[in-house]
Amino acid sequence: MELRAIARTAGTRGGKRILATAALATVVALSLTACAGSGANTANAADAKTLTLEQAQKATSAADFGGMAGLVAAANKEGHLNVITLPPSWANYGKIIAGFQKKYPNIKINSENPNGSSADEVAAAKSQKGQSTAPDVFDLGTAVLDDNLDLLADYKVKNWADLPADYKDAKGKWYYDYTGLMSIGYDSKVIKKAPKSIDDLLGSDYKGKVAIKGDPTQANEAASAVYWANLQSGGTADDIQPGIDFFGKLKKAGNFLSVLPTQATVNSGETPVVIQWSYNNLAWGPAGGSAGNPNWKTVVLPGTALGSYYNQAINADGPNPAAARLWEEYLYSPEVQNLYLASGAYPATLQAMISNKTVDESTLKSVGEPPKNFVQLTADQATKAGSLLGSSWSKTVG
Amino acid sequence: MTAASTPIATATTATGAGTARFRRLGAGWLGFTPFALYVLLFLAVPTVYAVASGFFTDAGAFTFANLAAFANPVIVTDMVNSFWVSAVVALVGAVVGALICFALLGAKPTGMLRTVVDSASSVLAQFGGIMLAFAFIALIGLQGVLTLTLKQTFGFDINANGPLLYQVSGLVFPYLYFSIPLMVITFMPAIEGMQHQWAEAAATLGASRATYWWRVAFPILAPAFWGSTILLFANAFSSFATAAALIDQGGIMPLAIKQQLTSETIVGVSNTAGVLALGMLVVMVIVMAAYSMLQRRARRWQR
Repeated sequence: MELRAIARTAGTRGGKRILATAALATVVALSLTACAGSGANTANAADAKTLTLEQAQKATSAADFGGMAGLVAAANKEGHLNVITLPPSWANYGKIIAGFQKKYPNIKINSENPNGSSADEVAAAKSQKGQSTAPDVFDLGTAVLDDNLDLLADYKVKNWADLPADYKDAKGKWYYDYTGLMSIGYDSKVIKKAPKSIDDLLGSDYKGKVAIKGDPTQANEAASAVYWANLQSGGTADDIQPGIDFFGKLKKAGNFLSVLPTQATVNSGETPVVIQWSYNNLAWGPAGGSAGNPNWKTVVLPGTALGSYYNQAINADGPNPAAARLWEEYLYSPEVQNLYLASGAYPATLQAMISNKTVDESTLKSVGEPPKNFVQLTADQATKAGSLLGSSWSKTVG
Repeated sequence: MTAASTPIATATTATGAGTARFRRLGAGWLGFTPFALYVLLFLAVPTVYAVASGFFTDAGAFTFANLAAFANPVIVTDMVNSFWVSAVVALVGAVVGALICFALLGAKPTGMLRTVVDSASSVLAQFGGIMLAFAFIALIGLQGVLTLTLKQTFGFDINANGPLLYQVSGLVFPYLYFSIPLMVITFMPAIEGMQHQWAEAAATLGASRATYWWRVAFPILAPAFWGSTILLFANAFSSFATAAALIDQGGIMPLAIKQQLTSETIVGVSNTAGVLALGMLVVMVIVMAAYSMLQRRARRWQR
């Protein structure tokens, strides 16, 4: 019953689509022939293909739409793009979304549940399946990604080759987008001396001041703070118990704050020290402009660094498949990869950008070269760490 | 479609041919329908659906395995925390609220004071969630107005033993904020229902004031008092948003359910939330059954 209903909706949409596509493709082709003298563009537009919703959902590269111009035309016709859990101050997503909006004014971005978790993204995709409000694209943490591979569509962006082989799924189900490093952000008006090691946080200067981004049994970023404390106190990625013990000590010292830090709590001084991704600490500081705290400083401690790439993926059942694919093309363009970098996050194609000189040199200089080797938990290690957190975090810290 | 519509048509004819009394009853039920539908759609169906989800695996197979969550020491701690926070809030709230009610007996029923306290209680009893959490952060948070004033003028740091507000025991403060007015609203009618004649009758029979309160008034008020206390308990037990804004690290049942539903570090446990909801539901059913029993007893004296 339900399946049939979905098929029917899709069918009607497909039907309308064919008519509209035909009309639009003609317009685009005409206008491109008219204004663009270059032969390549004309050829692209002429090649633009009209795909049904089902075909578009299966498209694995821009070529399936007859090239970039065809993809843009198809996305324009859809007119919408549903993104989910992208907070504006996270890794520059505010600017990235605004840039897309400017470049493709005919596609309206609906940004849903900006402060949600990766699990919320998957839940939304499942519960809104077949509806026009379902998310088109995901930005997922590794543990959730591995559990939901069947939701994802295969797609390879134009500069696929720029992504290192171990940064992507061979078929294009997912690919890394960006990573930060775990860092300590602190209000230099309250904490006069910059922390030099993680054990500094146990001192009396930090009484009731240290917060992490949520419950580690729940939020990837909070869990990463534990993984990082673990590496910094001599643990390995295979056993994160020392990290949990560190937060136990922090709690005992009365230094641990269980409130969820936000840009507002940082500005008001409620959470003077926050362990989180470097791009978030940087965005909450002077780099955040008038919304940021001018006294907010970011420290990546010496010793083992921790990173964790998030993954881009397309919802296989998304309502706007062409816009979703255009969004991915946009995200992996040097322009946006530089925007990630400007927020302090290292984009996935950084090495390629450095070698073919598309990287913004001054930004790279201010952010600093990425460390040659930082630890990133493998999926198995993350699962193991997660179950250990589940059984002993609350006992030690809760 | 056609098959389904036939019985309906028959039913309509039957109603039409019924007696006047029957028709009036039918009309009464008709008026009730929107509310019944509302309760069905937004309470009954979601509840059944949520609880049922606890008996399936992620893949959709039936299982009792999720019930193992109740043997998990973390969950047990959360359950115990939820219990004692709600109990403390209920008892303190009930006693303070009852004292306010007694005090109000001295004021004229139609007077300014009573009117103001009555309406303020109705409003404040509904003041909860994130707004309330932020109000308390502004008052006794680490940078709160009261916190800083106490520190600067008296050198007294209310957060000396760790942040007062951001732990499970800290929930008592905001919870009391809405519990006391709720007590005033629910307990006031019982106190107002006390008849002068009872005190006079007791006095005529030679009872002292204390004897009257001890042997007559308290026993009459007891069911209403405990009933209201139970209501406060239930109200605090099911609160979520205030706690979520203040302590993000879990520690009470509603936050544990949220953790199971949205975790990005421990995946595939969302069905456990269903059995946790069942646990809360069992507590609520027991508590609300006790409430309605006590209410029935209390009403005997309010006629």
